Amino acid sequence: MSKIPLQFRHNGRDVAIFVDGGTNLLVALRELIGDMTPKFGCGQGGCGTCSVLIDGELHLSCLTLAETVAGRSIETLDGMKQGLNLHPLQRAFADHFAAQCGYCTPGMLMAAKSLLDRNPSPSRDEVVEAISGNICRCTGYEPIINAILAAAGGRASA
Amino acid sequence: MTRHRGRGIASINYPIGMNLGGDPSQALVHSNPSGKFTVALSSIDLGQGMKSVTRQICAETLGVPVEDVYVDTADSDTGPHCMGSFASRGTHRVGNAVMAAAREARGVMMEAAAEELEVNAADLETDGRGNIHVKGAPHRSISTKDVAIAAQFKQGKTISGRGIFLVPLSAVDPETGEMSPATCYAHACLVAEVDVDDETGEVAMVRMDSAYELGRALNPRLVEQQLVGGAWMGISHALYETTEPVYPEPLHGPRDFVEYLMPGPGDICPHDIAVLERPAPDGPFGAKGPGEMCANPVLPAVANAIFNAVGVHIDDLPITPEKVLRAIKAQGGARPQARR
Repeated sequence: MSKIPLQFRHNGRDVAIFVDGGTNLLVALRELIGDMTPKFGCGQGGCGTCSVLIDGELHLSCLTLAETVAGRSIETLDGMKQGLNLHPLQRAFADHFAAQCGYCTPGMLMAAKSLLDRNPSPSRDEVVEAISGNICRCTGYEPIINAILAAAGGRASA
Repeated sequence: MTRHRGRGIASINYPIGMNLGGDPSQALVHSNPSGKFTVALSSIDLGQGMKSVTRQICAETLGVPVEDVYVDTADSDTGPHCMGSFASRGTHRVGNAVMAAAREARGVMMEAAAEELEVNAADLETDGRGNIHVKGAPHRSISTKDVAIAAQFKQGKTISGRGIFLVPLSAVDPETGEMSPATCYAHACLVAEVDVDDETGEVAMVRMDSAYELGRALNPRLVEQQLVGGAWMGISHALYETTEPVYPEPLHGPRDFVEYLMPGPGDICPHDIAVLERPAPDGPFGAKGPGEMCANPVLPAVANAIFNAVGVHIDDLPITPEKVLRAIKAQGGARPQARR
């Protein structure tokens, strides 16, 4: 099978890779770019832990063909921290014990960032809706919801 | 269609660890020449906080700041033997082993400090901030770092300690069946409130209230996290998760999260938790273990709440809408019980 050349922006940096036809974005990011922050959970769009932002919009990277992101801008958890500092959402997740085993955390953070980027002060229902595509086994969601609301509150008052 | 509100209660006595074959865990503690300490364990932290708690226990026992302790876990090639974290035994069993190891290491550290300060080790105390001084004379002081350097390069001593906590095997009496499978029990009670829809059979969680008695909560935030999250694992077992139909043919079993259901963020309800701290006599600093027991009482409480709501007793888990509907049909309609 011939390889397809592919260029896109990855966390603000231009990258160029060769992918096999049919390769999904999750595999391209993890195996070809070396960004291990999007996780493989179910591989069929049921768990949300592979979530990334494509041109600012939340997508499941396991269900996205890599070749469809040519020329577009991909954000992953790896690009979330601001210099040496954690993003306010990451800080809030740590402060609110919103991660236990941590496997859902990258997807939760991307879903939360996608929400706060378009709606800086969401209601609790809007937070629940925003992470409803993400499954968490450990936390019971409550600490995650509280962390996102706290990050939004902190941002609003800042 | 009518939605019926019901309330159910369940209580639990939960054994911390199981000594059916003897239940040991080991820990090793040693200092580095930097004055920092390493705890070596084979026990695994799955995110539940074993590393945080054993770190606290070690620091408290040694009398040094928690930042000065590093916990190295989960390599059974190089770490001392552990029976396993399982679900509740870590804090109690491993914590006791760490405490024993840290106590021995502290003894050597105090001896080494005594040699440097030219006093009797019994006259020394730690200040918890990285210094050792003569009791009542804080200026006669040496840092744990300088003690570690002296022990390593001058005195030729290892500041180290070994710890094991073993609850010996308790055999079953062949005549009476009597045995003593655990030395330490935690207790809890949980009230679940549900809405049952008698047309769809769906059960929605309305709220939970619980009280947990789990010895001393060594890290209250981690305990709270475990109790909040674990309850939803219980709900998941009570209402959603099943690998059926897997017998006799696994071909039709669930293959993804569309068929293997788990609660999502939209399914959760408020949960008020009271943590009662009654230090356990044989626990490290009085701790028991909140691990697995936070999921268990939820299942009977939910089943009881469904009975209270529509009068059907379902003893086959998970309690799916289909089972609820069939049971309601079999008894000729929903029969709400007295509100409690």
